[in-house]
Amino acid sequence: MANSKRPLPQPTPETQHFWEGTRNGELRLQRCDACAAVYFPPRPFCPECSSRMVSVFSASGRATLHSYVINQRPHPAFAAPYSIAIVELEEGPRMMSNVIGCPQTPEALELDMPLNVVFEKQNDDITLPLFEPAGDRT
Amino acid sequence: MTGVAIVGAAETTELGVIPHMSQIQLHADAALNALKDAGLGIADIDGVATAGESPTGIAHYLGITPTWVDGTSVGGCSFMLHVRHAIAAINSGQCTTVLITHGESGRSNVGRGSFRGMGASTLTGQFETPYGPMGPPTMFTLPVLRYMKDFGLTHEQLAMVAVVQRQWASMNPRASFRDLITVDDVLNSRMIAYPFHLLECCLVTDGGGALILTSDERAKDFPNPPVYLIGTGESVETPMVSQMADLTSSRAFRVAGFAAMKEAGIKHKDVDHLMVYDAFAHLPIYGLEDLGFCERGEAGSFISEGNTAPGGSLPLNTNGGGLSYMHSGMYGMYAMQESVRQIRGTAPAQVDNAQVSLCLGVGGMFGASGCVVMSRAPH
Repeated sequence: MANSKRPLPQPTPETQHFWEGTRNGELRLQRCDACAAVYFPPRPFCPECSSRMVSVFSASGRATLHSYVINQRPHPAFAAPYSIAIVELEEGPRMMSNVIGCPQTPEALELDMPLNVVFEKQNDDITLPLFEPAGDRT
Repeated sequence: MTGVAIVGAAETTELGVIPHMSQIQLHADAALNALKDAGLGIADIDGVATAGESPTGIAHYLGITPTWVDGTSVGGCSFMLHVRHAIAAINSGQCTTVLITHGESGRSNVGRGSFRGMGASTLTGQFETPYGPMGPPTMFTLPVLRYMKDFGLTHEQLAMVAVVQRQWASMNPRASFRDLITVDDVLNSRMIAYPFHLLECCLVTDGGGALILTSDERAKDFPNPPVYLIGTGESVETPMVSQMADLTSSRAFRVAGFAAMKEAGIKHKDVDHLMVYDAFAHLPIYGLEDLGFCERGEAGSFISEGNTAPGGSLPLNTNGGGLSYMHSGMYGMYAMQESVRQIRGTAPAQVDNAQVSLCLGVGGMFGASGCVVMSRAPH
């Protein structure tokens, strides 16, 4: 369910593949062909070894809840309280996102809980990767 | 060894709520007070550094014709970096006498340029802003739950940072908040962004400050005793808090702090007085550990056991800090002003025989850091 007031990303040439991926239901990361480092956010070279030989691949979408806050103040596009989270992807990189599909409370948001990516369409161009509890997966 | 000293230091005449003064005038009010403190005229200044306003704007407003300027702007620690860059400029002969100014109408918003924010095509705009962060209270705070789980820091220990700093502020007539508080007061204050309560977040005030630097050789000829700069450091990590390499430690703190202490040639036991920029209550905890004053995971108990409180072994944030003294937005200047007062022996909550003060600043959300070591004696 898209929120029309949410501030939306404006892709650049270097990030276009990421946002194409989310439109197609894929969470795309990059891997260095030289040193095999997996990284995010997107850029056309490896932040570990500076190689320009890098590949895009589709991540598993599995993640864990690495840290978060629960914002209590009013935001024009969000109904407070809502979580702002840093999730750690199974492949290693971390990204900011929201954890949805559960109460926005410290009790429900347990650190290191397993999460799965879900894709929320905002408009024809932009689909955001959000995360929801994975349930019993360990 | 740096060879440069602070010979003039002052804050704005007023601090707190100053609706009758624009932001650039806050810079100028502090600058004029610092010139008076140093016994200098504006014509004596040949170097200008500032953040928040442009050095062009400050030089023109004050009537300075500089041979050296620095507009490094990496957040609230920018002024620590200006000190470091000014030392290099003075030592290389690019200028002789540097004025560093800060002024910020953070609360009253008078004459303050509009906040442009991060455009939707920047990395922050693409990969953080869409998820609803609302500035520092929801971004600077994001790492702390990770720290709490990894090291067992309790909500009560986090609250104690604010409690102890209020003890210092209670001794300071210029502090915005001076009434003593308890852990319960902190934990019962309004939740801003879990796990941070109102009293664990910095103030929002108006004010300014300025420093004047010159060479050690000239520094003895000024009205106040020189505050010698014996070591500095600086670094940056990431503009995106979500991309910190380790949410429980600041790489910029570690790099800047190590460089400053190494240059100063000091050990931790040599530090009589410590300032750690405290935009939020977890900052002093990270600072104590990243500077090496505490082992990893031990700073919370170090603070809550009273070691940084009045009478403790390591007096920390003795003006009351950003949590209780003042915080206009870029607080680093006020941290350095307190270090200067402590070394001069003129602080409202004066530490006995403070010979060496270490001052650690942060910029952005753990994005940048500057560190300055000040001493009563030259290196």
